[in-house]
Amino acid sequence: MVWRAFIRALPLILLAGLWEILPRSGIINPEQLPPASAVAIAWWNLLIGGDLVTNGISSLINVSAGLGLGIVVGVLAGVLMAWYPKVDAAVSPLMKSLYPMPKSALVPVMILWFGLGAGSKIASIFMGCLLPVVLSSYNGARGCEQTLIWSAMGLGASRRRVLWEVVFPAALPEILAGVRNALAISFILLVTSEFLVGQRGLGYLISFLGDGGVYDAMFAAVLTVAAIGFLADRAYLVFMRRTLQWRE
Amino acid sequence: MTGAIQFSSVSHTYRPARGKPVLALDGVSLEVKDREFVALLGPSGCGKSTLLYLLGGFIPVEGGSITVDGKPVAGPGPDRGIVFQNFALFPWKTVRQNILYGLQKQRVPKPERERRTKELIELVHLEGFEDSYPAQLSGGMKQRVAIARTLAVEPGILLMDEPFGALDAQTRALMHEELLAIMRRSPKTTVFVTHDVREAVYLADRVAVMSARPGRIKEIVDTKFPGGATPEELLQTREFADKVDHLWKLVRDEAIRAQAGH
Repeated sequence: MVWRAFIRALPLILLAGLWEILPRSGIINPEQLPPASAVAIAWWNLLIGGDLVTNGISSLINVSAGLGLGIVVGVLAGVLMAWYPKVDAAVSPLMKSLYPMPKSALVPVMILWFGLGAGSKIASIFMGCLLPVVLSSYNGARGCEQTLIWSAMGLGASRRRVLWEVVFPAALPEILAGVRNALAISFILLVTSEFLVGQRGLGYLISFLGDGGVYDAMFAAVLTVAAIGFLADRAYLVFMRRTLQWRE
Repeated sequence: MTGAIQFSSVSHTYRPARGKPVLALDGVSLEVKDREFVALLGPSGCGKSTLLYLLGGFIPVEGGSITVDGKPVAGPGPDRGIVFQNFALFPWKTVRQNILYGLQKQRVPKPERERRTKELIELVHLEGFEDSYPAQLSGGMKQRVAIARTLAVEPGILLMDEPFGALDAQTRALMHEELLAIMRRSPKTTVFVTHDVREAVYLADRVAVMSARPGRIKEIVDTKFPGGATPEELLQTREFADKVDHLWKLVRDEAIRAQAGH
């Protein structure tokens, strides 16, 4: 077990070693890649200075709000589209026209509509998260076996009850997979939208430090975003496995 | 609770999303008496499952009429419980929760609900598996849960759509015994769809043989044997073999016609 863990960690250890040695020896310009130790020190200073925490909290609030809204609206839209042909007919042209658009292209529009503050960021993240959630909910709900629906109706469930007590849980595996995609997209849009405008957030911190030429701190901020994204995905996977434990 | 069923000149046209409409059932008339066990036997595609879904109220009756105790069928209801070949258990619910579902829908008070669920779990021999999920059970166990879930709301009529078709031969034979034991305890009007001739003869009081598409009732054969014989004895009798033989010939002709029709 220890040996396997070591093998798994080996590439990371080697990478960190190279990251330290190459800039220090001058093979790579330290301006372009500050050595790992310098980045670590810069990270520590950002942490005690409070920059990482205040900007991190601000970013997390934006991600949670945008993603949360996207999940609620997306699941409702997807499941209702699958269940009611009229909703499908009304909503699906809208979804189809939104589908091929790169969501980052909407960020300037959201800034125009919702201003320079948190509103435009939340709206951008919401727009990006919406579609994967709608699609997975729709497909999941459409894939619900007819015999499950009939069984519930035969036991006395009304159509609306069947929707939330049978179709929704049957669609849950697909919905949760779609939400995982949305989670990844939400971090992309968070950083993109914070790059463009605003005075707060980790994306803002990266662009601020980069513009100021403080590259070791900029790297520290970039790595922080990557780490938060990674940890969020891991935590989500644990939650997903627990929720779907009935699948064995 | 009673459950006399009357199919009168039932016709049904299947309309695929693409392609031509197909006449699936053509003027099917059949009477099932209260607490009688009738098997619908026929080649695949003869519309026997469609007939069952119409009786269940899952698809609307277009031509003719279906009545239960004189009242026309209008939608699904707990007076007609159904068991499907693919079990159709709620995979996110445990055995206990699956059985409880119908009782909750019927607003059975909680102590009564718990008591009945416990009884049913004993009836289908699933003690110790109350908190298992369907994915953890064998095919035979899954179908026993499905039967218990259906029996929980005490339907007067039991609809079975090739319920043992997905099980291996040994499990199927055991399930036949269990089903007959359940029927002895609380007899129900049963309509049982199958393409297995021996199964139909063994379980049913009468077997209705259906023709290849469009489905019609070709012949109704009495398959009730005098009681007292054990299953092993019954399966060895001349009478049983003759019934199977007779029905097999009828079904074989229709199966050949169904093949030719495709």
